[in-house]
Amino acid sequence: MSILFKNVKELVLEVDEFLSTVEQGVLIFKQGVYNYLDKEEETFFENIKNIERLEAVADKLQRKIDRELYLHSILPQHASDIEEMIDKVDEIIDVAKESIYEFDVEIPFIPDVLINDYKRLVDASVEAAAAVFPAVTTFFREPTKVKGMLTKVYFYEKESDKLSRNIKRKLFHDMDELKLSQKIHLRYFALHIETISDKAELLADFLSINALKFNL
Amino acid sequence: MITLLFFLSSGLFLGWSLGANDAANIFGTAVGSRMVKFRQAALIGSIFVILGAVIQGAGANATLGKLGSVSTLAAAFTVALSAAATVYWMTRLKLPVSTSQAIVGAIIGWNLYTNNQTDLHTLTKIVTTWISGPILGGIFAALLYLLTKKILKRVRFHLFYRDLSIRLGLIIIGGFGAYSLGANNIANVMGVFTTSVQFPAIHIGFITLSSTQQLFAIGGVAIAIGIITYSKRVMETVGNTLMPLTSEAALVVVLSQALVLFIFSSQSLSNALTSIGLPPIPLVPVSSSQIVIGSIIGIGLLKGGKQIKYKVLGQISLGWIATPVIAGIVAFFMLFFIHNVFKQEVGFKTITQSKQATHQTVSDSLTHAEKVTSFPKKRVVQTEQNPSVQSSFSYGWMMGLILVVVLMGVVYYFLLREKKQNAFGKEKVEELENYIALKEKSLEQEMERYQEEQQNVDKELKYRQNEMVNMAMNIIRKYEIVGQIKDDINRIKKEIHDGEARQALNKVILKINQNLLLDRDRESFQMHLEEHNSNFMHRLSEAYPGMTENEKRLATLLRMNLSSKEIASILNISPKSVEMNRYRLRKKLQIPPKENLTQFIRKF
Repeated sequence: MSILFKNVKELVLEVDEFLSTVEQGVLIFKQGVYNYLDKEEETFFENIKNIERLEAVADKLQRKIDRELYLHSILPQHASDIEEMIDKVDEIIDVAKESIYEFDVEIPFIPDVLINDYKRLVDASVEAAAAVFPAVTTFFREPTKVKGMLTKVYFYEKESDKLSRNIKRKLFHDMDELKLSQKIHLRYFALHIETISDKAELLADFLSINALKFNL
Repeated sequence: MITLLFFLSSGLFLGWSLGANDAANIFGTAVGSRMVKFRQAALIGSIFVILGAVIQGAGANATLGKLGSVSTLAAAFTVALSAAATVYWMTRLKLPVSTSQAIVGAIIGWNLYTNNQTDLHTLTKIVTTWISGPILGGIFAALLYLLTKKILKRVRFHLFYRDLSIRLGLIIIGGFGAYSLGANNIANVMGVFTTSVQFPAIHIGFITLSSTQQLFAIGGVAIAIGIITYSKRVMETVGNTLMPLTSEAALVVVLSQALVLFIFSSQSLSNALTSIGLPPIPLVPVSSSQIVIGSIIGIGLLKGGKQIKYKVLGQISLGWIATPVIAGIVAFFMLFFIHNVFKQEVGFKTITQSKQATHQTVSDSLTHAEKVTSFPKKRVVQTEQNPSVQSSFSYGWMMGLILVVVLMGVVYYFLLREKKQNAFGKEKVEELENYIALKEKSLEQEMERYQEEQQNVDKELKYRQNEMVNMAMNIIRKYEIVGQIKDDINRIKKEIHDGEARQALNKVILKINQNLLLDRDRESFQMHLEEHNSNFMHRLSEAYPGMTENEKRLATLLRMNLSSKEIASILNISPKSVEMNRYRLRKKLQIPPKENLTQFIRKF
């Protein structure tokens, strides 16, 4: 029985570590986009390296958690739900890494007038993701309180939708000096950033449904 | 020893089936949800069931003894066998059944057959407990559920730790449940043998095992074997029959079941209640399955009662009446058979000394084990049946009652069978109708697909045929043009007198003739023609074996509805030759003069 206690203790620590890794990754994504917009190349590349490392750690932890859940038959009735949730959390850091890679590879030209808009979009999108992590932690401890914690996620997701729409409107309505190809290119970058909040919203939906299942 | 084992076999079988079926009530959800491994559950269940039977089995057994103390080994064997047969038969018919109710019915059957008096007070106590058991289970479950919910709300457990504690809880409470099951239900298995089988006491250190305890240990082992050998299958197949349960709710259900079983078998608890002026607890074997159902309904009612399948309640009530009645009838007739065919002593009317003997105190502890098994001693004296003197029921009365019960049983059986058959018939008809509908639909779909395929094939054929006709027309046109050019050259040649020029024109005409003879288009057309009409040509060869290749080719061209002139162009022969070939073909195909050759070939 003590082995089982030890295993459970380890698993709890691993889940917590996984969540904090993903959270860090999302914050570094925000820094990275800021550095790109501010043309701080050196720190931007530093951010890419960091997010790469964190994503690898998160993947490793995810695999470990999955394996241990099945190996020690922990929460056998809900193991697949937990696994799905962990997978949804991991998707957030995956999207963050992919987006920052897009900045590095495609080097989008962002006009000065749009820099602030992009910064605000990154803020809102990352806020949505940052708000979902405490809900995940609470889900493991007090599922009943999860629903109340998700309001912030939905709010910031809507906010990032709005900001992204504004950027697109500005691009296609007010900025005649840009070529169509540039407009399309910049629109995709708004979409990349916005995807993080979309993923956070999906996770929030999952949490709110499953919190009911985990109640007595 | 072998005789003893033979007579005990019916009780051991009853024990085996109890272990096989009732262990699922304790560990079913835990094993089914993979929270506890079956091996773990079987080990814990087996150990605790034996412990419960040996330590605390006497209380419920005393009550059964009061109902009827089966005095001979043959009678005990028959009574246990009747109960086992009833349980087996009813389980096969998928009717709700309980070992406790079956054994009580079988003992009453024995009482009736041997003219022993049935203690109505004890019977009332037992029947009341059957009803109050599930109700108590429901009350306990509801209260424990509320308590668990409150605790879980207050204590901030991590989900993984919560899982671990539930797992631990399922093991500990499972052990308690198995102990209580052994304590309460061992009387069903071995109770009837306690009067007729006597072993010398065994002393192991400070512990003394009485004859009854040794019998209960044997019965406990039979239950354990049932758990180990067969309960896994039951645990895996029994799903959420009443309503879906979470692990926490399952824990509550098992705990309330264990508590009820414990309460109805604990002499110490009963004594404690009496000592503070409360009425004693009736120590009666109760059905663990029915307590589980009561517990689940308790939780269901607390949750609003929407998920409960109330039909099961009706089935339980039916089981309360049907099981003892059927077991009683079976026991009565089996005793008649054993007594009259095998000439075995079945313990006719006993003169008891129990009126003077006060019921001795029964204790839970091992040290008081002997006391536990000391039922009112009876002097067994076989007498001639004399119902008018020794029974409160007159013989005629009793026979009438049995007849009524038998009739009721038979009517019940036939009604049930008819209901089952009707249900089965309806189900079959519905199944058949569904099958026919599905078959019709699939046939229609197949037909549509076939028609579609046919249309596609027709289209393809038409396309190919058009292609061939086009090809043929091209050849014809080409032949005509080249023929015209040849005619023109011939006309020019006639007008020119220059020898060299005429020679040159002759060369051109020669070239044209050669080219017409070796026309590649024609060759490829003929190849296509044969390829696409291979079936037709094959049919022709089979019907008219003497046909030449040229005739078959002509027939194929006629099938394409080409005129003689067109055919002549394709085959690079004169129209007259075509007409001649047509005539020969007609003769070979033996076509009557009135019938058209082309139409005949097209129909072929």
